Amino acid sequence: MLQTDANPHLIATDRCGEQLQFPAIEALWQLLDQVPDPEVPVVSVVDLGIVRELRWEQRQLVVTLTPTYSGCPATEFIEEAVAAALRAAGITNLRLVQQLAPAWTTDWISAAGREKLRAFGIAPPVGSASKRTLWGEEPEVACPHCGSPQTTRVSEFGSTACKALYRCDSCLEPFDYFKCI
Amino acid sequence: MKQNQALFEYLLRLGDSNMILGQRLCEWIGQAPALEEEMALGNLALDLIGQARSWLEYAARVEDAGHSADELAFTRDERAYRNLLLVEQANGNFADTLARQYLFDQYHYHLLGALSSSTDAQVAAIAAKGLKEVTYHLRRSSAWIKRLGDGTAESHAKMQQAIDEIWTYSGEMFIADEVDRVLAAAGIGADLDPLQRLWEADVQALLAEATLTCPPLEQYMQRGSKQGLHTEQLGFLLAEMQFLPRAYPGASW
Repeated sequence: MLQTDANPHLIATDRCGEQLQFPAIEALWQLLDQVPDPEVPVVSVVDLGIVRELRWEQRQLVVTLTPTYSGCPATEFIEEAVAAALRAAGITNLRLVQQLAPAWTTDWISAAGREKLRAFGIAPPVGSASKRTLWGEEPEVACPHCGSPQTTRVSEFGSTACKALYRCDSCLEPFDYFKCI
Repeated sequence: MKQNQALFEYLLRLGDSNMILGQRLCEWIGQAPALEEEMALGNLALDLIGQARSWLEYAARVEDAGHSADELAFTRDERAYRNLLLVEQANGNFADTLARQYLFDQYHYHLLGALSSSTDAQVAAIAAKGLKEVTYHLRRSSAWIKRLGDGTAESHAKMQQAIDEIWTYSGEMFIADEVDRVLAAAGIGADLDPLQRLWEADVQALLAEATLTCPPLEQYMQRGSKQGLHTEQLGFLLAEMQFLPRAYPGASW
């Protein structure tokens, strides 16, 4: 039967389903850049820095992922979504590895990811993660709606562990701030 | 005591304290004084339960008896639980919850700081990740102690009473036993003496800043959790937390 697959395989397999070709790692990065974060679907798991490494170990694709927060309820969901995207592209032999160290930091969010967060109405993390930003003065968080720097923190925690709640003193809109850790 | 046996015990202590405090904080959901505080308490609980999972997964691996982290959390009885007495104490009022939280956060912060340089790579990795989260917890609970202590006459009185009442449960974390000594000697666990000095200095400074009186450091402290001897509070908490997996083993949805 002729296959008309809506999700065309990146690679060919033989009759036993054995992979015959091994796509370039760069193509796989682009593929995973289409997998959205389940909590903030405007950014991909690649934008957020959750995918740490992709490499072929002979015929097996090894995918290294890192959780964002220890208790992030989306961790398993992300693992499944990444595996599903790769399987849909025809990669049958893959192994997911969870890596805890070095611990995930918002410094790994890409420039494109930060811009997408802002456009979605979430202020991206300000500055880079260090003890100083955890302990130091309040960062100056600009309103993602009107750009005003006049904003007030309403709560240290927002709708998810990775965000804090802010309010803009100029346009009066509330917004989420992606905390810098 | 063999090192692996000590490590299993140690990981249970780390995991259980996080697990039980996380469960306690969840009891605030639907009852916190403000929506923002409710979300903050829920997020704290989420961080703690996530860290508990990392510790208990590692404990299960070290134990190597075919248990999963879930089985360790949901099928052990009270006497097998190794959480600090401090964290199982009831929520009380908002000041009671914050007194418990601050005293724990201040300890947790220094503990994870020390464990970040553990010679055991997995312990170091879990600790370094948790430390980022716990720094936030400590920042928030410290701010609340100051705000309530140095607030109105009523908030000051309630905050002082909360500190005084929970105080007797705060010394246990620094009472070392053989497990602590074996692992500290191997560079895997934390040496509790320097930790205690850091904790005492920080707590005294913060309480002074909050215009609160620090209770005496030398008074008798409740103990027993390292041997599984708990206060009456833990049984009720476990009964609620473990009901579903015990009544419907293997349930999933």
